[in-house]
Amino acid sequence: MIEKHYDAVVFGGGSAGLAAAVRIAGQGCSVAVLERENELGGILNQCIHNGFGIQRFKEDLTGPEYAERFIEMVEELDNVSIFLETTALEVTHGTPHSVFAYSKRYGVIKIECRAIVLAMGCRERNRGNIGIPGTRPAGVFTAGLAQRLINIDGYIPGRRAVILGSGDIGLIMARRLTWVGVEVLGVIEIQGYPSGLTRNIVQCLNDFNIPLYLSHTLSEIRGKDRVTGVTVTPLQDGKTVTAKSFDLDCDTILLSVGLIPDNELSRKFGVSLNPETGGPFVDAGLMSSVPGVFACGNVLHVHDLVDYVSEESERCASFVVEYLNGTYNPLLHHPIVSGANVKYVIPNKYLPGMTNRFYLRSLIVKNKAELVISLEGEPLKRKNLAHVQPSEMVSFSLDEQDLSRGSESREKKLEVSIY
Amino acid sequence: MERKMVCISCPLGCRLTVTWEDENDIAVKGNKCAKGESYAQEEILAPKRVVTATVRAATGAVRRLPVKTNLPMLKGYIPALLNRIYKLELRPPIVRGQVLLKNIEGTGVDLVATRNLKKV
Ligand SMILES: Cc1cc2nc3c(=O)[nH]c(=O)nc-3n(C[C@H](O)[C@H](O)[C@H](O)COP(=O)(O)OP(=O)(O)OC[C@H]3O[C@@H](n4cnc5c(N)ncnc54)[C@H](O)[C@@H]3O)c2cc1C
Ligand code: SF4
Repeated sequence: MIEKHYDAVVFGGGSAGLAAAVRIAGQGCSVAVLERENELGGILNQCIHNGFGIQRFKEDLTGPEYAERFIEMVEELDNVSIFLETTALEVTHGTPHSVFAYSKRYGVIKIECRAIVLAMGCRERNRGNIGIPGTRPAGVFTAGLAQRLINIDGYIPGRRAVILGSGDIGLIMARRLTWVGVEVLGVIEIQGYPSGLTRNIVQCLNDFNIPLYLSHTLSEIRGKDRVTGVTVTPLQDGKTVTAKSFDLDCDTILLSVGLIPDNELSRKFGVSLNPETGGPFVDAGLMSSVPGVFACGNVLHVHDLVDYVSEESERCASFVVEYLNGTYNPLLHHPIVSGANVKYVIPNKYLPGMTNRFYLRSLIVKNKAELVISLEGEPLKRKNLAHVQPSEMVSFSLDEQDLSRGSESREKKLEVSIY
Repeated sequence: MERKMVCISCPLGCRLTVTWEDENDIAVKGNKCAKGESYAQEEILAPKRVVTATVRAATGAVRRLPVKTNLPMLKGYIPALLNRIYKLELRPPIVRGQVLLKNIEGTGVDLVATRNLKKV
């Protein structure tokens, strides 16, 4: 078995892992990036549409363009080693940590390191996670898998498609399918409002007159070997109205019903996970419950913009470097929790004496909302938000001054609410 | 004529009602700022979209090479452009940003590669 030593090992070579590796190596530490696929870039490689990098590069880039900019940066650094077709399998944590990975080229390798960055991204929820009645024929794909089949492998999955769920990947795929000659019969959404961005509803559905059935669900999938059709049923006050059901004759169903951070491996080696996000609980420096193990990108919480992934991952990497230099002190961090109308806030702790950046998700849809951060019940900071909705992540910062307001309590717990 | 649309120039997503007798006299209601008006006018007069797709790579490290139009393209030209894109076949080396189709149908819009295609 090959054995190696690095200061830090990054699991995953997507946008999160690449941004973290560039920053850690840029500070003079040695880094290994383990990537399961045969190329770097992660999910960005299959997201050939534009809409990436508007904040980061002030340019409207496609996924592959955004990825290549980071790949080029990482390839220029000689203290980063890239292991492609290499899957991280197991970790025994301690000083140092031991990582066991399977590489197509070298077999099992063991890497000793002092810090680990989790950057494994997320998985798609599938039919098993949502339970649709009916037969189990071929022709049911998650939207991301269909995206990969079309954009990377050049394979068209069917002729007539129905999309379940109005998340952004499903919407993007409605346009992509139409443009490769597949007829999209409709997008079915169980909620009363779409879960994707308005921009995508307009450009991916309205442009092609694809119907969006809000407050509808798939009540049956038919077909023996291949899908032959589905039954769609409207919902009223949360109950299905069977009398108003209708059928659509399709041979393909795409599921766009949500993403889950991919933390099988993290859980196995004892990282404690937050049920609200599906990702690790992290302190102000994005370190998990296991000392020296950090997390960033979609493995931490699902992001809708890659620009935020890059920012978060670079911030994470700066703390990794502090950890490696022995100047990281998690005991100084205080808790921050979600209050009214907030699904979650990340990170779960803050550190007085520096600018802390947070990401949160709203539970409500509202124009002219107000974000209120309070310390032990006393409002500390307010921010006006023009518009909030669950599908659009909100970010805010608290600087040294905001946090210098005294509280006698030792816990100094902050709470974030949206009104 | 009247058309309802959503302004997508910012996340507020104002719901616009657009009415017009002729193309020189387009009235927009429901917009919270001036951008909404110009968005609606362009949507009525000359709607444009960026087109992204993939092209067959005859040889090289990947099977499909992603491409985009460097500017938004008039919607009416898109179906014909897609047909041309699907007939293309590329050979490495191709670099990101390289023009694959120049000045498509005289619109001034180019088709460019969005990824490098290296030799294997
Ligand atoms: C389909 C889709 C469409 C999107 N559209 C947009 C958009 O239009 N605009 C925008 O700004 N953002 C968009 N996003 C969001 C953004 O692009 C992603 O959130 C971001 O790229 C995620 O980066 P990541 O590095 O966290 O995850 P990923 O890119 O998923 O990278 C994770 C990597 O880890 C590897 N990996 C996993 N487990 C292991 C292991 N055990 N060992 C080794 N390697 C492993 C995987 O192979 C993968 O390469 C989209 C996201 C998706 C999923
Ligand atoms: S009209 Fe102005 S405020 Fe309203 S969505 Fe368009 S850009 Fe935003």
